[in-house]
Amino acid sequence: MEALFANIDWPEIARATRDTLLMLAGSMALTVLFGVPLGVLLYLSGRGRLAANPVLNAVLSLIVNILRSVPFIILLIVMLPVTVLLVGTSLGVAGAIPPLVVGAAPFYARLVETALREVDKGVVEATQAMGGSTFQIVTRALLPEAMPGVIAGATVTAIALVSYTAMAGVVGAGGLGDLAIRFGYQRFQTDVMVVTVVLLLLLVQGLQMLGDRLVAAVSHR
Amino acid sequence: MIRLEGVTKRFRSAAGERVALDGIDLTVEAGQVFGVVGRSGAGKSTLIRTINLLERPDAGRVLVDGHEITALKPTELRAARRRIGMIFQHFNLLNAKTIAENVAFPLRLEGRPGAEVDRRVAELLERLGLTEHAKKHPAQLSGGQKQRVGIARALATEPKVLLCDEATSALDPETTEDILTLLDQLNRELGLTIVLITHQMEVVRRVCDRVAVLKDGRVVEEGATADVFLHPQHAATRAMLAEGDEAFDASMAPAGGRLAKLTFRGGSTYEPELSRVARSVGVDYSILSGRISRIRGEPYGQLVVAFTGGDAEAAVAQLTARGVTVESVGAA
Repeated sequence: MEALFANIDWPEIARATRDTLLMLAGSMALTVLFGVPLGVLLYLSGRGRLAANPVLNAVLSLIVNILRSVPFIILLIVMLPVTVLLVGTSLGVAGAIPPLVVGAAPFYARLVETALREVDKGVVEATQAMGGSTFQIVTRALLPEAMPGVIAGATVTAIALVSYTAMAGVVGAGGLGDLAIRFGYQRFQTDVMVVTVVLLLLLVQGLQMLGDRLVAAVSHR
Repeated sequence: MIRLEGVTKRFRSAAGERVALDGIDLTVEAGQVFGVVGRSGAGKSTLIRTINLLERPDAGRVLVDGHEITALKPTELRAARRRIGMIFQHFNLLNAKTIAENVAFPLRLEGRPGAEVDRRVAELLERLGLTEHAKKHPAQLSGGQKQRVGIARALATEPKVLLCDEATSALDPETTEDILTLLDQLNRELGLTIVLITHQMEVVRRVCDRVAVLKDGRVVEEGATADVFLHPQHAATRAMLAEGDEAFDASMAPAGGRLAKLTFRGGSTYEPELSRVARSVGVDYSILSGRISRIRGEPYGQLVVAFTGGDAEAAVAQLTARGVTVESVGAA
């Protein structure tokens, strides 16, 4: 056992795991906070929708596409001044969260938009016919009906965030991915690589199972 | 109760502009069941959607219960819509909510207090025979049950008007009958004014007091259901009525016969008028086609006969005197 895991510093692994979980929790919460309204706006401003607005839709769409086409590692560096402005530092877990959110929120917004589009137009029409306002249609009819898709999208996004956090080592954010790169890969410590990857796998597996369960709980088709 | 004045709606698309409604004038009296029939693409769906402004007309006015719907501000329009119930071909229930929550939905949108909502929902579920399904989700119900939920939901805010958008088109004949009986009952018991659009003539025959026939965005014929069905004036109406009926083949008529279409209405439908007249005048008749049925409960019979071997004109005169409507039928 000792020989197998010769290079492993367990307290270091524990700290890295904690950092990954903190980055994930913080960035995921903010991604949902910004992604859902952005997705709703993309949907509502679309052609033939409740608040159809071609100009707003084109502008939002362009911003989302730009952010989604920038490789995350570049985004991380480009965002540095903004990050300092927002959280006072560009380092550590706090410094990693703004770029993680900016990278993930547009992606999630598209998934939310897609989930909303899947909702039968008839449901919107019926709610309108009952005297519902646009806000009520979104919050009481569209989002509840799209909930399985919204949650499935959040699962996909959370898992994408796990792999983004690996790159956050560039700004000294730590985490399991960073450990894997610096020790497992750069110092050829295979045991560190194996342990970190297994932990990441468990994390991804857990997120997927949780997501699937939540989706099943809100599906009534 | 409902008045449409010069309602016009155009749709623009890449293919150009299409006129969906072309200056529609219609009046629906309070307590009436008013049917709008037409083939797909005639503008029926657009027409019914202008009544609660789901579709805003490009020109013309819509008045419902004294309010000019087309002139209301957004908040006033939302209040007016609560006084107009609507049911749909595909029910449009919220799949994520239970049956009880679906029925409660319009009341919740209005912000009514919880206790009042619960009471009203229980009452509606009871009335529509849905109490045992209260905690189920729409996916667990049959089409007919879903439409009942749709009706319960539409009635929750106690509207004076119910709009039915092809409400029975997705249902089997038996369930259709069940829903029509229910609509008829609601109309009689609550005095609900009902506007329904359909491509099923049978639906109109069964429940409508009046009917308008729509073709290419225009009303080509309008009147009491019995009048329109028994004496259709426009080719489009005749074509729709002829569907599913055995076509009358004039070549089968006996040579030299005088063809006539006889219409009996009300109690006389079941009287032996034709045979009495034939005996007294001394003519023979052959029945070439016919139908005995009811239009919104009123019995009627309509026969195409050929009179032979006697004074056909005298027979026609006597039948007319006995209240039978006699029309000439062309040799076809």
